[in-house]
Amino acid sequence: MAGIDIEGLATVYPNGVRAVDGLDLHVADGEFFALLGPSGCGKTTLLRTIAGLESATEGKVRIDAADVTRTEPGKRGVAMVFQDYALFPHMSVSENITYPLKVRRVSAATRAETAERTAGELSLDGLLERKPAQLSGGQQQRVALARAIASRGKVLLLDEPLSNLDARLRLEARTFLKKLQRDLGITTVFVTHDQAEALALADRIAVMESGKLRQLGSPREVFARPANTFVANFIGSTPMNLLPGTVSSTSGSDTYVDEVGVVSVAGGSLSAATFSAPAGAEVTVGVRPEYLTLASGDVSGPSLRGQVVVAENLGTQSLVSVDCDGTLIGVTVPEENEPEPGTTVVLTAPASRVLLYDRESGELLARQPATVA
Amino acid sequence: MSAGFVVRRIGFYVLICAITLFFAVPMLWIASAPFDKNPGLGVHWPDWTLENVRKTLEHPYAMHSMVNSLLICVTTAVAVTAFAALASYALSRVRMPGRDALLYGLLLLSSVVTGTAAMVPIFVMMFQLGLIDSRFGVALVMTGGLLPAAIFILKDFVDAVPKSYEESARVFGASTGQILRDVVLPVARPGLATIMVWAFVNSWGNFLVPFLLIRSIEKQPGAVLMQTLTDEGGSVNLQVLPVFSLLFSIPVVVLYLLVNSRYGFRFHGGIKS
Repeated sequence: MAGIDIEGLATVYPNGVRAVDGLDLHVADGEFFALLGPSGCGKTTLLRTIAGLESATEGKVRIDAADVTRTEPGKRGVAMVFQDYALFPHMSVSENITYPLKVRRVSAATRAETAERTAGELSLDGLLERKPAQLSGGQQQRVALARAIASRGKVLLLDEPLSNLDARLRLEARTFLKKLQRDLGITTVFVTHDQAEALALADRIAVMESGKLRQLGSPREVFARPANTFVANFIGSTPMNLLPGTVSSTSGSDTYVDEVGVVSVAGGSLSAATFSAPAGAEVTVGVRPEYLTLASGDVSGPSLRGQVVVAENLGTQSLVSVDCDGTLIGVTVPEENEPEPGTTVVLTAPASRVLLYDRESGELLARQPATVA
Repeated sequence: MSAGFVVRRIGFYVLICAITLFFAVPMLWIASAPFDKNPGLGVHWPDWTLENVRKTLEHPYAMHSMVNSLLICVTTAVAVTAFAALASYALSRVRMPGRDALLYGLLLLSSVVTGTAAMVPIFVMMFQLGLIDSRFGVALVMTGGLLPAAIFILKDFVDAVPKSYEESARVFGASTGQILRDVVLPVARPGLATIMVWAFVNSWGNFLVPFLLIRSIEKQPGAVLMQTLTDEGGSVNLQVLPVFSLLFSIPVVVLYLLVNSRYGFRFHGGIKS
């Protein structure tokens, strides 16, 4: 078991594209780590650079404190599961699982024993003689995992592990994968473009954009306090409301806020806490639909007023779009509270859940580093 | 249904029948003449006998030429497949400027190289190499001629082998040789089988190369020997020739059936798409 250290890593393709652009990252021993980002952000290239399938242009990759930047993939002690699983179609499940051992010339008896044991761990008993084509998608994925585990790598790399499963199976496989990782305690890095998957599985998430790290943190941090508008936009199954606003008053000194201030936004105002911006500053106000509360009567304190436009049913909740002075704001409400379109409603949010971002740079205007329970 | 339609249909089927008959007659001749007591050049119901077969088996060169044919064609087929596999793998995976131009150039030139036009220089070259009257020399020339097209065809098969198979094997520590042997070649097996049969059939029917390069009759393959199957008077030996023709066509048919039943399927399911 081992940690991964990445120092100033850059991977540049021959056509000049900087797929990974000067990245520093530490993955702790036994950690379940997610690389998250939209397609083309360089997350897969980063994973492949760790595996050694792409060579780093600059910087260093260390696995278990050993510099492996220029080491052959097969000698790095990594195991990898590919997005398409890459099971060898002409080999049986058992031959597939033990191929890493065959390469190392392990005896047939040991191989058979390993295949048996690993297959048992991943509930593949009775499938050992089948060919990959005779397996379901979920079984194929487990064979690919079994093969990676059987190779006894120090680090497990997963490229979009769940993307090839249908929605129902994906949830099942997600639970299975998380439990497997816990049980094995193996350092695992996985790539995904699905924020829900990253939030559900990972101990820590690195959000990437254009080859650069945009935020690194626990799922809770990344969800509740996105470090910039890019992350705010990307994380969350209902998109965060990002609205232009102006800091209207501050309660601390007259330049910087310590505790609570008020921002005017969308014809109304909201209170915000722990930000650092002077009164009058032009900001982007970020507030998640889940943190907004919808009321019909009058509310004391800062609030927004608007008309319900549509309500979308999300199961136990509904996503209601409210037109506040020409700006559409999303808010989730419990299913029994769904308002009729056209009604006038009032929106409030707890000050700690209202985030202010710099209008220009999109960075969070935080007084202190994000620490959210 | 109009009368015009019926007439057109009838005309169409008559045409089809005529074309079918045109191609069927030689086949029928090959099937019937070998077992006919008085084989001629026409097709008729045979007067059954195995006398022709016995005559052919006793012919001093007939069976021997079959062995020569097999020797030359197996060598050619194996060599073409082996070299084409290595070359197409390299061409498929190595990034190289001007690769496509090279491939098309090869394909274009190959038809010239083994064509009749190049036979004089090839003859001179083989003469200087001391490979005249050598079955190995014939196999070599035919290999050279078939290789470019074989590489071209096989590259498509190798291109179709997903890269993630190889990368997967590489991450597990397999060397290039192991990757080729354990992963790429088995997955591209239908392509290899296709090339092998194609090379065998092509060299089996090749007349010109062995005709020019082989002097002694005991080294001649079937394709060349067939034209010398005459009787003492110089006219076609109609007792031996039909049986010989039948025997000559068997290996190709058998090979095709064998490969089709073994490799005539494609793999599915290793990649989830």
